[in-house]
Amino acid sequence: MSDLEKFRADTRAWLEENCPPAMREPVRGFDDLYMGGRNPEVDHPDQQVWCQRMAERGWTVPHWPREYGGGGLNKEEAKILQQEMARIGARRPLESFGISMLGPALLKFGTEAQKQEHLPPICRGEIRWCQGYSEPNAGSDLASLQTRAEDRGDHYLINGQKVWTSYADKADWIFCLVRTDNSGSKHEGISFVLFDMASEGVTTRPIKLISGSSPFCETFFDNVRAEKRNLVGEEGKGWAIAKYLLTHEREMISGFGTAPKKSLGSVAVETYGADASGRLRNGILRHTIAQYQLDALAFGATMSRVGDEAKAGQGLGAASSIFKYYGTELNKRRNELNLAIGGEPALGWDGDVYEGGATSRDWLRSKGNSIEGGTSEVQLNIIAKRVLGLPD
Amino acid sequence: MALVLTEEQVMLKESAAGLLAEKAGVAQLRALRDADDALGFAPDVWRDIAGMGWPGIAIPESYGGLGYGYIGLGLVLEQAGRHLSPVPLQSTVLLGATLLNALGSEAQKQALLAPLAAGELHVTLALQEGPLHAPEDTALKAEADGAGYRLHGSKCLVLDALAAQQFVVIARTSGEPGDSAGLTAFLVPADAAGLTVERRSLVDARGVGALQLDAVQVPADAVLGDVDGAWDGLSRSLDIAYIGLAAELLGIASEAFERTVGYLKERKQFGKVIGSFQGLQHRAAELFAELELSRSLVLKALQAIDADDPQLPVLASAAKAKLCEVAQRATNEGIQMHGGIGMTDEYDIGFFIKRARVAQHCFGDYNYHLDRFARLSGF
Ligand SMILES: Cc1cc2nc3c(=O)[nH]c(=O)nc-3n(C[C@H](O)[C@H](O)[C@H](O)COP(=O)(O)OP(=O)(O)OC[C@H]3O[C@@H](n4cnc5c(N)ncnc54)[C@H](O)[C@@H]3O)c2cc1C
Ligand SMILES: Cc1cc2nc3c(=O)[nH]c(=O)nc-3n(C[C@H](O)[C@H](O)[C@H](O)COP(=O)(O)OP(=O)(O)OC[C@H]3O[C@@H](n4cnc5c(N)ncnc54)[C@H](O)[C@@H]3O)c2cc1C
Repeated sequence: MSDLEKFRADTRAWLEENCPPAMREPVRGFDDLYMGGRNPEVDHPDQQVWCQRMAERGWTVPHWPREYGGGGLNKEEAKILQQEMARIGARRPLESFGISMLGPALLKFGTEAQKQEHLPPICRGEIRWCQGYSEPNAGSDLASLQTRAEDRGDHYLINGQKVWTSYADKADWIFCLVRTDNSGSKHEGISFVLFDMASEGVTTRPIKLISGSSPFCETFFDNVRAEKRNLVGEEGKGWAIAKYLLTHEREMISGFGTAPKKSLGSVAVETYGADASGRLRNGILRHTIAQYQLDALAFGATMSRVGDEAKAGQGLGAASSIFKYYGTELNKRRNELNLAIGGEPALGWDGDVYEGGATSRDWLRSKGNSIEGGTSEVQLNIIAKRVLGLPD
Repeated sequence: MALVLTEEQVMLKESAAGLLAEKAGVAQLRALRDADDALGFAPDVWRDIAGMGWPGIAIPESYGGLGYGYIGLGLVLEQAGRHLSPVPLQSTVLLGATLLNALGSEAQKQALLAPLAAGELHVTLALQEGPLHAPEDTALKAEADGAGYRLHGSKCLVLDALAAQQFVVIARTSGEPGDSAGLTAFLVPADAAGLTVERRSLVDARGVGALQLDAVQVPADAVLGDVDGAWDGLSRSLDIAYIGLAAELLGIASEAFERTVGYLKERKQFGKVIGSFQGLQHRAAELFAELELSRSLVLKALQAIDADDPQLPVLASAAKAKLCEVAQRATNEGIQMHGGIGMTDEYDIGFFIKRARVAQHCFGDYNYHLDRFARLSGF
C-alpha cells in the first residue's frame, strides 16, 4: 500500500468512527453553518463535537502548517480528506472568515508572533473574526476609506464607522482597514490592524437582510484602542494586504457557483413531468436549465484547470480573474431556477409546509453574492483593465 | 384601436396613483408584514377604494359597476404594482368579478356583482393544487350527492383566502386530470362545513391561503355556469387574470427601475455618481427599452379584453411572459445597482423583488406562458 493509499484508508476509518450522524446531513442554508467563537451559535450539539474532533487533528484547516493548528497536509492528502468527507456527506466542521480570509493574509504578511497568537484559535474555532473594510462612502471605491487611526505610541486610537460588516455583532475580533495617513494618494496611508470587538468604544447595530436574517451590521469605533503589535505589515502599507485577502474572499465566494449534487434537470422532471422519451415537459424551462448546467460544468472544469495549472507550477492564470464574477452569477441563476422549478412552495417564507422558507431565503441571500467581496461590475472592470489591457 | 389612453383613463390613472401612494404604499405593506397581519390588507383602506368605485371598475353598469372595462382595471393594477399596494384587487376584482361575470347565471350576477362592486363582498378563485399553475390538471373531486354536490380535495395559492366570503372552487366532475373538459366551478361559502382555510405565508407578505375540503356539501345552485363546462369561462377569465398580473408587473418593474435610476444619479463612488459609469448606463438604457415594449404589450392585451379580440389568449400569454421576463430583470438589476444597501430590509427595493416573483408565479410563470405563446402561435 502506498502512503497515500494508507492515508486514505486511515482517514476513511477515522471519519467513519468520529463523524456524528447529524453532521452527515446536508447543511440547510447559510444559518446552519458552524462558525465557532467565544459565544458560538449552536444549532445542534454535534456541531461542537465534530469541530473539536477535527480540530484535534488539525483538520478544520487541513492545509495550514501543524505549528499553527492546521493539519499540515499536502495537496494530495487534502484532496483525499475532502473526497472521503464527501463520500459520507460529512459537513465541513467549521466555516469562518478566520479560515477563508484572515489566515491566508497572516500566513503571508504576519510576524511569527502574530501567527502564533492568532492562527491556532482560528483552527480550534475559538475566535470568530469579522471583516472591517466597507464604509458608507467607501464601497466599490474601498480605497477612499476614512476610518482614522491615530498614533499613540504603543497603540492606535481608532475612530470612524464601517458598514455591512458581516457578523460584527457575533465576532470576537476584527481585521480592519484604517487610515493612518491622509497626505498621499488614497491607496497609501491605509493600515491593516487587528483588535478585539469587546474593546471599549466598539458598538454594532445589526442590519436585517432581505432574506430576513441579520448577519451584517453597522460598526462604530469611538476611541477604540488597538495595540501596535496587532498591526499587520507596515504602517500605511495595508492596501496590498487588503487586496491579497480579497483574492481569498473572492475565491471562497466563487465556490458558491459550483453545481449542486442533484441536477436541477432531474429535480424539474419531478415537478413538471417528462414526455415518453424522458424530456422535461416544458421546453422553455428545459432550455434554461440545460444552459445553466452546461455553464456550471464548464465553470467547474475551468476551476479545476486553473488549479491544476497552478499545481504544475504554471502560476495562477488570467482565467482566475473570472471566478468571482462567473461563480456568483451562476449561483444567482441556480437560485432563480430553484424558484421556477419549485413553484408555489419555493416562494414560501414561513411555516413547516415551506421548510421555513429555505428556498426563497437562499434565493434572496444569493443576490448579495455579486455585491459582497467586490461587485460583479468591479470584477468586470478588473478583467477589462488588468487582463485585457483596456484603458480607463 | 389607437394605443393611447383617453382623457378619462389618464384621470383614473392619476387618481389611483394618488390614493394608493397615500394609503396603500410600501410603508403600509411593511407595517402589515411587521404586524404579521393575517388578512394582509387594511379593511378601512379597502373601504376608501370601494368609495372610488374600483371594485366595480370592470363590472357592467347594469350590475352596479362602473363599466370602465379592463383598460381601467389594468391602469389601477399598474398603480397597485408601483406602490406594492396590499389590497385585494387581484383576488376580488380581477378574478372574482371576472369569473362571476363570465360564468354566473343572471340570478347569480344580480345577487353577487352589486355587493362586490360596493366593496362588501370578497370572492376569490381556488384553482391551483400543485406547485405550478396547471388548470387542466385540476383533480379536486365534486360528486353529485342528492340534490347537490360533495367536494373533496385541496387548493393552494388562494389569494386573500382569509378575507373571502365566497370561493370559486374549480372542481372535476368528470374526465381525468389533464382534460379541460369535465371541470365545474362551484361557489363555496367560507363558512361551509368541512372547509378549512389555512393561512400561508409567502415572500411577498400578502394575504394568501390554502383550502382543505373534506366532504363539503353544496346545493345544485352553487354551480357557476354549466356542469362539466367551466372551461370556456374559466380560460377567458384566466386570460384576463394573466393580463391583469402583467399590468401589475409593469408597475412593479417600472417603479423598481425608476428608483434605481434615481439612485444611479445620487450615489457617488470614485468621485462621481455611479450613473456616469457606462457599464451601468447601458444596462439602464436597455431596461428602458424593454419597459417601453412591455407597456405597449400590456396596453394592447388590455384592449383585446374589452374588444373581445379572438387574439386574446395569445396576447395574454405574450403579455404575462414578457412582463415576467422584464420584471425579473428590473428587480434583479434594482438590487445589484444599489450595492449593499439593496440587500437590506430597511431599504424598500427588496419588497419589489419579492412581490414580483409571486406575481410572476401566480397563474403561470415565464416558462408556462412562453410555452403557451408558442403553442397558440402554432409551433
Ligand atoms: C451580504 C453582504 C455581506 C457583506 N459583508 C461585508 C463584510 O463582512 N465586510 C465588509 O467590509 N464589507 C462587506 N460587504 C460590503 C461589500 O463589500 C460592498 O457592499 C461592496 O463592495 C459594494 O459597495 P457598496 O455597497 O458601497 O456599493 P457601491 O459601490 O455604491 O455600488 C453600487 C453599484 O454601483 C456599481 N459600481 C460602483 N462603481 C462602479 C464602476 N466603477 N463601474 C461600474 N459600476 C460601478 C456597483 O457595482 C453597484 O452595482 C458585504 C455586502 C453584502 C451585500
Ligand atoms: C450599414 C451601415 C450604414 C451606414 N450608413 C451611414 C450613413 O448613411 N451615413 C453616415 O454618415 N454613416 C453611416 N455609417 C457609419 C456609422 O454611423 C458609423 O459606423 C458608426 O457611427 C460607428 O462609427 P465607427 O465605425 O467609426 O466605429 P467606432 O466609433 O470606432 O466604434 C467602434 C466600436 O466602439 C463602440 N463605441 C464607440 N464609442 C463608444 C462609446 N462612447 N461608448 C461605448 N461604445 C462605444 C461602437 O459601438 C463600436 O462597437 C454606416 C455604418 C454602417 C455599418
